[in-house]
Amino acid sequence: MGIATRKIANAFSTSGIIQSANINNASLDNITTIAGAGDMVFVSSATASSSASIEFSLGSYKEYKFFFVNMHPQTDDVYFQFNLSTDNGSNYNVTKTSTYFMAYLGENDAGAVLTYDNTLDLAQSTSNQNLLYSLGADADQNASGTLQLFNPSSTTYIKHWIANTNNAHYNNFSFNTYIAGYANTTSALTNIKFQMSSGNIDAGKILMFGVN
Amino acid sequence: MGTRIQNLANNFTTAGIVKAAAINNASVSGITSIPAGVGGALTLLSTQTASASASIDFTSGIDSTYDSYVFKFINMHPELDGGYFYVNFSTDGGSNYNVTKTTTTFKARHSEDDVTDVLQYVSGGDLTQETGNQPIALDGVGNASDESVSGYLHLFNPSSSTYVKHFIINSNADIGNANCVTSFVAGYCNTTSPINAVRFIQQSGNLDDGIIKMYGVS
Repeated sequence: MGIATRKIANAFSTSGIIQSANINNASLDNITTIAGAGDMVFVSSATASSSASIEFSLGSYKEYKFFFVNMHPQTDDVYFQFNLSTDNGSNYNVTKTSTYFMAYLGENDAGAVLTYDNTLDLAQSTSNQNLLYSLGADADQNASGTLQLFNPSSTTYIKHWIANTNNAHYNNFSFNTYIAGYANTTSALTNIKFQMSSGNIDAGKILMFGVN
Repeated sequence: MGTRIQNLANNFTTAGIVKAAAINNASVSGITSIPAGVGGALTLLSTQTASASASIDFTSGIDSTYDSYVFKFINMHPELDGGYFYVNFSTDGGSNYNVTKTTTTFKARHSEDDVTDVLQYVSGGDLTQETGNQPIALDGVGNASDESVSGYLHLFNPSSSTYVKHFIINSNADIGNANCVTSFVAGYCNTTSPINAVRFIQQSGNLDDGIIKMYGVS
């Protein structure tokens, strides 16, 4: 039997089934869609490791959903933030208006408050949008949550987003924060950037999904 | 060695791994479902685009196939300024949209000039055993060319003949006088009859633009 024939034969079991060892991730690089695989499509992820920021390019999905998992800051009492770009990431300075409220309770039972925070919302501001409240940097402290961004590639409408996070406050409170707003531009959004208000993102993972 | 054998062999690396070039979408086109736990949890069932539409109705596909359904509404743009964007439900396939509902409604609002910022319960938006339309955005949506409302509605177990049917709505809108309004609506259809149709409609005038997608959650 020739080398080629032997190679082929070894790729299959005696019953003719292709063996798992003969397919790996690279084998599937040309597959971009599978029927029945669901319509929330994984696009990209990034794992922070003393990262100054994490950036993603946006495309033409009508909705993107980001999951933040265990975002852990280098510096105590900071804010996890995002901003948007219309020029492929050269500038993150899109004008935004947003609402911002949260519920919080201390580990010592202090707080138990639901309140709007008019220092962390944005009114036609190009600044970064905060996504939580005073994140702690103790070894076990972190923040997790989601951000939905609607139709960023539209050149007709302003771009809405809805976010919800929970974080461990540096002074040992649990903060559940609701943030929503819009990028007040009809230019297409091309990129999104996440960062801490000070210091690096020492750990954590951000996953980006496109929703068909 | 025949040409076919050679071509086949070339689709494998020297280590016997199938090359990417040997598999493409057509190779897996016969696969229409994959095992539970593999793939995403959302399955797109239907998409409707508004175009001077009096309403957007989903009258098929809401059944016992999925335990819950999510409707994503993206850039819903009204014909008329300041009207509310509504939802209602049907138990008779869309002949009538008049299911009895009890709901809660609250919103956060922030003006672009930074003068107004509030978090408040909206007693004018909730329903108490009422059959009328439920506001999705708790302020009237503006009809300037770039204004719209986006968000989602999650409807739980609509086909149950045992339980009332819960729903949760979260939306963000820009309203005519330059305000950002984030709305939270939740409640239940107080019926044990299956819900089998959902209607989205403006308070008055048409839905001039926007996309609504219905997903099954598995």
